[in-house]
Order: sequence, then C-alpha cells, then structure tokens
Amino acid sequence: MEGSTDTAASEGRSRLGRRLLTERLSSYWLQGAGYFAIALFAFIVLALLYQSLPLLSEYSLVQVLASSNWNPAENEFGFLPAIVGTIYVTALTMVMGTPIAILAAIYIAEYAEGRTKTLVSSFIDVLAAIPSVIFGLVALIVVVPFVGDYLAPALGSGATGTGIFTVSLVMAIVVTPFMISLAVESLEALPDELRESSLGVGATKWETIRIVLLRAAGPGIFSAVLLGFGRVFGATIVPAMLIGGQTQLPSSPFSTGQTLPTLIVNDFGELMSIPLTQSALIFVGLMLVVIVWLFNFSAMLLRRWLQQRWQY
Amino acid sequence: MDRYAKQRLFGLLARGSAALVVAVMVLVVSVTIFRGGRVLLTDPAIAVTPPGSRYMLEGDGGFLHAVLGSLFIVVPATIASATLAVSTAIYLQSDYSSERFSDVVNMFLNVLWGTPPIVYGVFILTVIIAVGAQTSLFFGIIAIGIFQYPIMTRYTDEALRSAPDTVREATYGLGGTRFETALMTLRAAMPGIIAGIIMGFARGIGDAATVLFTAGRSTRMPAGLFEPSTTLPVLIFDQAMSFNAEVRSHAYAASFVLIVAVLGLIIVSKLLAGRYARFAPGGRNS
Repeated sequence: MEGSTDTAASEGRSRLGRRLLTERLSSYWLQGAGYFAIALFAFIVLALLYQSLPLLSEYSLVQVLASSNWNPAENEFGFLPAIVGTIYVTALTMVMGTPIAILAAIYIAEYAEGRTKTLVSSFIDVLAAIPSVIFGLVALIVVVPFVGDYLAPALGSGATGTGIFTVSLVMAIVVTPFMISLAVESLEALPDELRESSLGVGATKWETIRIVLLRAAGPGIFSAVLLGFGRVFGATIVPAMLIGGQTQLPSSPFSTGQTLPTLIVNDFGELMSIPLTQSALIFVGLMLVVIVWLFNFSAMLLRRWLQQRWQY
Repeated sequence: MDRYAKQRLFGLLARGSAALVVAVMVLVVSVTIFRGGRVLLTDPAIAVTPPGSRYMLEGDGGFLHAVLGSLFIVVPATIASATLAVSTAIYLQSDYSSERFSDVVNMFLNVLWGTPPIVYGVFILTVIIAVGAQTSLFFGIIAIGIFQYPIMTRYTDEALRSAPDTVREATYGLGGTRFETALMTLRAAMPGIIAGIIMGFARGIGDAATVLFTAGRSTRMPAGLFEPSTTLPVLIFDQAMSFNAEVRSHAYAASFVLIVAVLGLIIVSKLLAGRYARFAPGGRNS
C-alpha cells in the first residue's frame, strides 16, 4: 500500500489493506498458538524419554519395574515399592472419596434448593481452589496426631501418624470437591422429563435417582471419577508431606511408604551427583505422563461406550 | 426395609455427605486462619521482613522473599500464559479450524490438564540441565505458565463457544474480518474468560510441585530474572516439617497469606464476572 491519503478511494484501499494485513498476521500467530498444545505435549514426552534413555539402556524395563530394591547409591533402581505405594494410596483414596463425592453431588443436584444450594456449591468451589500445600499443613496439625494417637493404636498398630492411610484420607478431602463439581454438572444437564416420568410411574425419589438419573448421568460421573483418579495418582505435595518417605513395600495401611511423585521429591537431593539417578527420576516423570495419558484415553472410550449403552 | 425407608435413608446419607464436605472445608479454612492469624497478630512484621541469614534453621527475619517471589513468578506467568491461551482458544473456534482439528487439540489439552504438576517441574528441569542453566525465577515463570496454559485454554474455549452466535453473525454481516469478529466474540465472552484467567492465577499461585525444582528454593530475596527464588507454597512445604516451632509458625503465617490471597481471588473473579457481564448480550448471566 502506498499509504497516501489524497483521495477517498485510496484511503479506503489502504485501510482495507491494513485490515487484511492484520488479519493475515494474526492468523499466523493464532495458528501457531493452535498447534502449541500438541507441540508442548510432544516436546514433554520426547524430552523425558530422551533423558531417561541412560537408565533404560542400562536396565531392562521389566527389571526396573519389578525390582523392589531402591538404592541409588548402589545403582539399584527398583520402582516396585513406589508403584505399590501409589496404587495403595490411589485405591484407598478412591474407596473413601468416591461414595461421599457421588452422594454429595446427588444432594446438590437433586435435594438442595435455593440459597442452600448456592451456598453449598460455592463452599465446594472454594474447597476445590485451596492449594494442596495448605491441606498438607492442616493435616500435619490435625490428622497426623489423630491417626497417630487414636486411630492406629485403636486398630492395633504402632504407627506414628504419617503413612499411607493418612495420605489417602487427606487426598480424599482434596479430590472430593473436584469430583463433586463434575458430577453435579452432569446430573444437572439431565432433562427434567426424566425425573418427572420416573416419579410419574410411581418410583420413589431414591429409585428415580438410582435407576434413572445415575445411569443417564453415568458417563459424566464415570469420567469425573476417572479424572479424580488421575489427580490422586499424580498428587505430589500432600503425599510428600505425609507419607513418611521410606522406600519399602508397605506392609499395612498405616505403614510409611513412597509414591512415584514423592520418589522424585525425596530423592531430588541426590539427583545431581549420580547421573543414573537423574535419569531414573526423569523416567518416573515419563511413567506418570504415560499413565495419565492412558487414563484419559480410556476415560474417553469408556464414556463413549457408556453413552451408547445408557442412552435415554 | 421398604422402599420409603430406603428413600429416607439415602436422603439422609446424601445430606450427611454434603454436610461432611462442608464441615471439612470449614475446618481446613478455620484451622489455617486461626493458626496463621495468631502468628501474624503477635508479629505482623514477618510478612514484610526479608529473611535473615539462618532463616530455615532459626526463623530469623520474615518471608517477604516468598511473597515477592510468588508475585514475580505468577504474575508474568499468568500474563504470558493467558495471551497464549486466549489465542489458542480463538484458533479452536469454527472460524479458524475444523471440528476435527479442534477435537484433537482438545484431547491434548485434556491430557495436559490431567498431567501432574510434578511432571512439568521435571520437564523444565530436563530443559535446565540440557541448556546448562541454573534454577531461577525465569524457569519458575515458564513452569507455572505451562501449568496454567491448559486450564486457561479450556475455560476460554468454553466461554467463546457459549458466546451467542448473533455477535459473530452481526460482525461478519458488517464486513468484519475473521480477526475483528474474533475480537468481538472475545468481548462478548469476557466474563467467562476473566473467570478462567483468575482460576489459572489461583491455581498457579497455590502450586508447589512445578516450582519446587525450577525456581531454586532460595532463602534470599529474589535478585534478578536468572537468580534463584522461591514461592509461598514451596516455603510452606519446606517449613511445615521443621523441628523448630518458630520456623513452623512461619509456615502457618505464610499459609494464612496464601489462603487469603486465593479466597480473595475467587471473590474478585465473581465480582469482575458480574462487572463484565454488561458486555454480554442477553443479560447478566449469559
């Protein structure tokens, strides 16, 4: 464009030219931004994979995953204790958290009305936004003494209070509001005709919820639970504060242990000195990414399958 | 048990669960506020005093370095990440990309959203090792920015999708380009976008795992972009398990500051969303 402004026509042309230029330039930028998510994911996986190659060239995958000896100073890298600890924590958390999350979601979506409903759901929003390090701190003040002084002795265990059970209890508190808000969303998206027709044929309110609504909202609730699963699985700060940090196969729910993320946090100090340790801990990061990816993918497939099966 | 008794029982269970969740929330917030408030009331200066030389051992001085570190890391990270997130979300709309492409990107965004923060920390750490740098404020910003990106993108994308189509049609009808149309849609979706950005900010300021290995865990005042620094959550994490009660009390005070900041942000986001609702055609809540 010449940019001269002596006639109206050329002004119009140059202004249009400027607008089109903005359009073109902005679309390059936006396109770049659009591909950023994919590029970021690929870059993360490749970087982690590249850095964990030293470990994998030294030991086979099976060897590393099935060995229970974790002793970086002696070049022994067995992830089994951390893997078992992670499964233990995740399972216990979900057993404690899921029923309460679903029942509370049912309360908010089906029972609560008016101001109570607004109040309770904004409380849950707030709970979901509290940083996990604060849950860890409050747990150190409240839950650890409770478990150590009352619960563990009552069940005949000499635990100090930090350990797998404590972590699971606190993680259940951390993850519940997250699952509740997703479950409430899918319950509230259901059309009222479902409720009306079920009540109309003589079902009680609970039968309506159990037989009709929980199935219709089933795909959404399932993916809420699976996403919660992923959250617990990758939780770092709360386990690192409360699990006790001993890399051993846990013998009881009250024993101390290690999860995959806490392995990274607790052994970080040795990371720079022994090169293979660095590679091993980065491999843990890679495992976390891959498993979360599998979780997400299976959640998507399951959701699709359930939607077909329980469609209304 | 007949079906009416069952209905009453499960009604009670549902109420009980909700009451339990609310009670836990009240407990967590009030323990934090009381413990932290007590420390801050007896010695309010620790929030604005730089740390002393033996801070982690004896708790001399205060945690101003962590407050400033949090601000210096999370504010730039939020600005950078929000710019990128809004751009991505615009590109995902039907004006720019096909349904198929945006489905694929959304799948990746879901995976990134679900990725544990510690993985971002480890990832940035591998980058630091690869370029031979040291942990610093700069890498903390990048780590938090990456962590916030999927969160903000999902919120923005949802807000743009729920913006009324009439805005888009009217702008195209007046001869607007795609970019001009996108700006108008952005304006109509502003309440949702602001809420998303503030959510991202709140998540970023509360996250410890991403900055644990990237920002440097320093116990001195942040000195520059490429110097080590720390944030409030990392400080709380390090001090909470200290054997020195004085040091632990600083963790309580810091968590008070953090929880007030997060709760304040939520309130601000609600207020701002209401304020920006006037740009949204069709009423306050659309």
